[in-house]
Amino acid sequence: MSKLKENYKDSFSQKFSDFMTGDLEVPDSIHARKKQDRVDKIVEADQFFSEFTTSDDIQRRELYQAFKHRRFVKHANKIYSIMSAVIGLIIIIILLITVAYLPEFGNKSNPDNNVVSQRYIENGLEETGAVNIVSGMILDYRAFDTFGESNVLFIACCCVLILLRNDDDEINPDEDVIDFKRDIILEKAAKFLVPVILVFGIYVVLNGHLSPGGGFSGGAIMGAGLILFANAYGFERMERLFSYSTFKKITFGALLFYGVAKSYSFFTGANHLHSIIPLGTPGAILSSGLILYLNICVGLVVACTMYGFFALFKRGRI
Amino acid sequence: MPVFHIILLGLLIVCAIAACTSRKLINSVVIFMSFSLVMCVIWFLLESPDLAITEAAVGAGVTSILFFLVLRKINALNAYDADDEEDEDYKNKIIESESESHE
Repeated sequence: MSKLKENYKDSFSQKFSDFMTGDLEVPDSIHARKKQDRVDKIVEADQFFSEFTTSDDIQRRELYQAFKHRRFVKHANKIYSIMSAVIGLIIIIILLITVAYLPEFGNKSNPDNNVVSQRYIENGLEETGAVNIVSGMILDYRAFDTFGESNVLFIACCCVLILLRNDDDEINPDEDVIDFKRDIILEKAAKFLVPVILVFGIYVVLNGHLSPGGGFSGGAIMGAGLILFANAYGFERMERLFSYSTFKKITFGALLFYGVAKSYSFFTGANHLHSIIPLGTPGAILSSGLILYLNICVGLVVACTMYGFFALFKRGRI
Repeated sequence: MPVFHIILLGLLIVCAIAACTSRKLINSVVIFMSFSLVMCVIWFLLESPDLAITEAAVGAGVTSILFFLVLRKINALNAYDADDEEDEDYKNKIIESESESHE
């Protein structure tokens, strides 16, 4: 037996044999040792501090944090109120300066006395055929503005539909029955009032180019009549007259007709130079070109939207 | 300016302030309705009947109905004002009836 060297464990052959048999202990690399040292130090420090910090200190620290937070909120609130007042003042000053640049009230050379309004008043009847100049303006000269307004109303109804609509699963079939109470006074009043209101609304819409009124006001009146009917007789009877598919068809059809008709009018010459639509005799019911039909479209959209708002607010579906 | 105009404009201001300062929401809505009605007459006197019709239909009609519906949805129609001393009896009655029903 050969004599073993004293440091036989470090010899290469020993290491190799240990490696082959799997007994080799991998020495800690310098990096790992350093990391271990750091962890040890942190643990040591924690132990050191935990000896000297009591629960009282922790509580005090938490209190201090809460106090700091509350003080921050207080300061932030103060800053917010000051900033809002400052911003409001700045806006007021800017608007007042802008107002100072506007022309004087009642001045004869003001822009509102320019040729446009004069032309509307002088040639409005001749060019649009509408006795009611307001109707002629909003549905002929500025028809695209009115188209935008109808679209805005429709989009508002869509937003309310998205926000307030109940899905079919959530609807309790007994809910309508419980929610709706028959009221004899309301029923008798509605029996007399609803036809009158609806006929008056239709009259206002159809005579929009002859007398005060027009699509929006007449549509609002018709919508109020529909709301009264739905309130008096309940949604079950209302659905025979006006269901969700009716709402969709009427609104979509009216908006589409409005867009197409007005686009045609604009493509054939915005000033009605080559329009083939006859203007008729002013004062007759079938006169003033497209205005009557556009009034009907706007009235239908507005009536549907008003009733749609009511139904969505009341039970969550149209 | 005719006296009638001044009276209407004064009513308008009174209605606007009252609608903001009234304690119960339902009172506010009713005052707002009357505001719209006064505004409708003023539009008519300013020779714009188109706006008068629209104001009467939308302001006094549809908007108020929507307000009432919202008030009913948030249960504000039957609510009482706890700060109001006149409602103290009503409050006590409700408490009594509730305790009786529990028993």
